[in-house]
Amino acid sequence: MAVSVYIPTPFRKLTGNRQNVQADGASVAEVLADVDRQFPGFRALVFGQGDTVPAHINIYVNKQEITSLDGIDTQVRDGDEVAVIPAMAGGSGEDAAPPRKRIGALTPQQVDRYSRHIIMPQVGPSGQRKIMESSVLIIGAGGLGSPIAVYLALAGIGKIGIVDFDTVDISNLQRQILHQNDDIGKMKALSAKETIIAYNPDVEVVTHEAPITSDNAMEIIGRYDYVINGADNFAARYLVNDTCHFLQKPLIDGSILLFDGQVTVYLPGQGCYRCLYPSPPPPGMVPSCAEAGVLGALCGTVGTIQATEVLKLILGVGDSLHGRLLLYDALAMEFRQVRIRKDPNCVLCGEHPTVTGLIDYDAWCGGAFGHTNEEEQKAAEAAAKARDRAASAMNA
Amino acid sequence: MATIRIPMPLRKLTNDAETVSSDAGSLAEAIDGLEATYPGIKERLCDEAGGIRRFVNIYVNGEDVRFLDNINTRLGANDEVSIVPAVAGGA
Repeated sequence: MAVSVYIPTPFRKLTGNRQNVQADGASVAEVLADVDRQFPGFRALVFGQGDTVPAHINIYVNKQEITSLDGIDTQVRDGDEVAVIPAMAGGSGEDAAPPRKRIGALTPQQVDRYSRHIIMPQVGPSGQRKIMESSVLIIGAGGLGSPIAVYLALAGIGKIGIVDFDTVDISNLQRQILHQNDDIGKMKALSAKETIIAYNPDVEVVTHEAPITSDNAMEIIGRYDYVINGADNFAARYLVNDTCHFLQKPLIDGSILLFDGQVTVYLPGQGCYRCLYPSPPPPGMVPSCAEAGVLGALCGTVGTIQATEVLKLILGVGDSLHGRLLLYDALAMEFRQVRIRKDPNCVLCGEHPTVTGLIDYDAWCGGAFGHTNEEEQKAAEAAAKARDRAASAMNA
Repeated sequence: MATIRIPMPLRKLTNDAETVSSDAGSLAEAIDGLEATYPGIKERLCDEAGGIRRFVNIYVNGEDVRFLDNINTRLGANDEVSIVPAVAGGA
């Protein structure tokens, strides 16, 4: 009765680094006893001092967890595969939000791929499964969206949604690590999908190649557990904020300009972007990255913090940036924090809300201040001037 | 002396100074003091009525002055004033 036993990375020091060993036995208990005969100490490592399988160890026969079979007495047959998967002590916290997509046992390949996560007590196999059962929507496949998408893909997030209606331009390649030279002219959402799949084919990627608007935001955002904002304009930021409020979705917000970054987390019912900034600046008052520039590496710092925050929320560990605005000044190389309070006068989430549905955000972010096509024209001209300045600076 | 931290987009107005010291007794006086030294900066922070613009947040020791005494928030020695404008960039 030879069965193959999969040995996880932390136990391989006993097996001479072998990932799979052959063992004999008619049941899981007998097979494990045989492994212990071949590699003394194995049983103690798995079972500790007791006789039963500890809660932090999952054992699978042909990818089925044995507690749903006959436990340690589950019968095995020639050619079966037994896998022993440890959650390190304390790693089996089951208190976070119920998962949407059920992931069964991790395959041996997945255990290897995510081993650096799985061996951490704060993650463990159950935490890794939570990551793989989660869905995250990323607004924008640009400077912030790039590092966010890459790290979430590597982490094995089950479903990543990408909202971007733009195409890849050569000026994006100074910072947007989702896209490469050959992608110029391609839809960013598609280019993002290709990069994500190339990094980790386990991830399901959904592309949303139309602009997010008041007409489609509820439907798109409603499909995901978490939303990460990497938008490049105020209208989209208020739209995403308001939608997340109405749908009670956690929002991980980040923004960048020049050498400065801002990051925070809004949890449902506990304050929102409008509590922080009740209204947008008039068009032209705060320059965009296209007009003023942004340090490419800054996107990596801020986006990676956003990715970190969503992973912590998924795992239910640590203290999130909720209630705190993290300010990053790359020139001074300083991180500082200020407090964010839920504003009782907030028009969206305050005591007497006046915004009770999605509005026309383009009109609100522009119109309230007399923003017209003329203003858009001016913004386009400012961006063109910035390009010209860059060109003449190079030639000077 | 309170320390006023100037955000990057406003440093054009402060000759690139990242921080400015102020011995003003209130935020309003501190902003007037800034304006005297760096003309044009007040307009970026305050609207025509003299209130703080709604897309600019000012914090004293990490607390939003909207939850303190707004523009009349008192300043003392060693207080730190942070000016944080809304930024939309993400691309």
